[in-house]
Amino acid sequence: MMNTSTLIKIILGMSLAITQIATAAESEKTDSDRIAQYRDMISDGNPADFDEMNGAELWKTPAGPKHVTLEACDLGKGPGVVKGVYTELPRYFKDTDKVQDLESRLLTCMTTLQGIPEAEIVASPFSTEKKKSDISMLATYIVGQSKGMKMAVSVSHPKEKEAYEIGRRIFNYRAGPYDFACLTCHATSDVRIRMQDLPNLNKPKDAQAAYASWPAYRVSQGLTRTFQWRLNDCFRQQRFPEPKFASEVTVDLSMFLAVSANGAEYAGPGLKR
Amino acid sequence: MNAKWIIKFAIVLAISSLTITAQAGTDDAALDAKTTAIIKRDFHDRGIAKADRVNQDELQATCSKYIDNLPDPLKAKLEAAQTKTIKWPSDGKYMGDWKAGEKLAQSGRGMTWSDKPDEPAGGNCYNCHRLSSMEIAYGTIGPSLLNFGKLRGNSVEVQRYVDGRIYNAKALNARANMPRFGFMGILTEAQIKDLVALLLDPESPVNK
Ligand code: HEC
Ligand code: HEC
Repeated sequence: MMNTSTLIKIILGMSLAITQIATAAESEKTDSDRIAQYRDMISDGNPADFDEMNGAELWKTPAGPKHVTLEACDLGKGPGVVKGVYTELPRYFKDTDKVQDLESRLLTCMTTLQGIPEAEIVASPFSTEKKKSDISMLATYIVGQSKGMKMAVSVSHPKEKEAYEIGRRIFNYRAGPYDFACLTCHATSDVRIRMQDLPNLNKPKDAQAAYASWPAYRVSQGLTRTFQWRLNDCFRQQRFPEPKFASEVTVDLSMFLAVSANGAEYAGPGLKR
Repeated sequence: MNAKWIIKFAIVLAISSLTITAQAGTDDAALDAKTTAIIKRDFHDRGIAKADRVNQDELQATCSKYIDNLPDPLKAKLEAAQTKTIKWPSDGKYMGDWKAGEKLAQSGRGMTWSDKPDEPAGGNCYNCHRLSSMEIAYGTIGPSLLNFGKLRGNSVEVQRYVDGRIYNAKALNARANMPRFGFMGILTEAQIKDLVALLLDPESPVNK
């Protein structure tokens, strides 16, 4: 929970960060240093905690036309199990015969168990200032149950292996008016856009740090963002059209990145600038 | 389609499937095809960013396929084709107004689905390059262009080089990570001239 002193710390942290951004060239500080500092400062309360708590409530509150909870949802380790599931996602699910990431799997549960129309969920899958997204809050809750555990995403099922291989190809797929691919911004070490450090996602160390810290509360946006959001916003910067929420393109790409992050200690819900 | 066509088609199909199976890369080719199919299916229009943007031209497709291992002859062939696309300024003048160029270089706007159709794109130059010594928030995907004119001079040859580089960076290096600003219609001829001036005019902050 957040108390006044935590709030003050956050405000202090934010103004400090602004000063730092202004003097970043002199002060040699990297984004990661800054993030470490934020983390320190709000170690007793990441605002993402609110989303996590709301997500926990949503998980056990009956909803949708069928008026049932999500507690029968199988996220990979059996119905209702939430502990540690995120460390093994994306994975293959027999009932859908598909590889699914956390958000696409939650979508399956909300549509099949609760009877909520898919179109309704995918129409606004991300939180806005006006309205927080249920699926984002649920995801934030679920990932929190894997905190401190090691990422161990498997490619032993042929469809998992294929998703990984296709994800790798999507990462390298150049198109659009700027000829960009993910690799344009994320396949070189120690580069940045303006002042934003870019992880080299082909390197395990960078991929681990990047992947294992999402979902994250974004201080600059005042919202908790999920990994589907992260990919969506990078496709925007790539000048691509919009990927459909939880579509195969996004799941396969996540599979590629998650496998690259294997071995990392899961540290989300994180905190970002 | 008439009968002759169908026969031709069948022969081509038979030959291509034979060659594909003969290759060690059968799986790779199938995965490539599947990737493209998924990409074509899973994006939708949003704002100015239409779904057909995922369709690749030859350069994009070839670079995506080979990534770091683009064979030299293929690279040279792509570069020759890109060189032919360059439209040089109609009046033979390369240098515009560096002040307008600096504004353009600063603007990171353009072509995303959150950009408005009536707002012109910026140059995004500072996203990737260091240019003026006054601007400390510069990116490093591209090389530093600080003092570019001081170091290279501003002869007509250098002006033409910079103009061509901005119009179509892939003419000189098919694998370059820099967009093809003129060729893709991101920047106009006049805007490119302003950027040439930003890099080469002795009065520009790039050279101060
Ligand atoms: C034009 C540049 C650009 C492209 C192309 C791009 N990204 Fe990014 N990406 C960024 C920037 C800038 C950030 C840091 C964002 C921030 O801090 O606000 C980022 C952040 C990320 C992060 C989070 C890193 C972290 O530590 O939090 C991931 C993961 C990521 N990108 C993946 C991708 C993938 C996958 C693609 C391809 C679909 C992609 N990016 C394409 C610019 C890009
Ligand atoms: C997404 C990144 C990116 C953007 C945006 C970008 N560039 Fe580049 N630029 C590069 C890279 C990478 C190179 C190195 C090219 C190579 O590998 O051949 C380069 C090279 C150059 C060069 C050649 C440098 C030399 O030493 O000869 C010039 C000139 C240049 N860019 C100008 C610009 C201008 C002007 C803009 C804005 C309109 C711009 N660039 C925008 C990435 C970028």
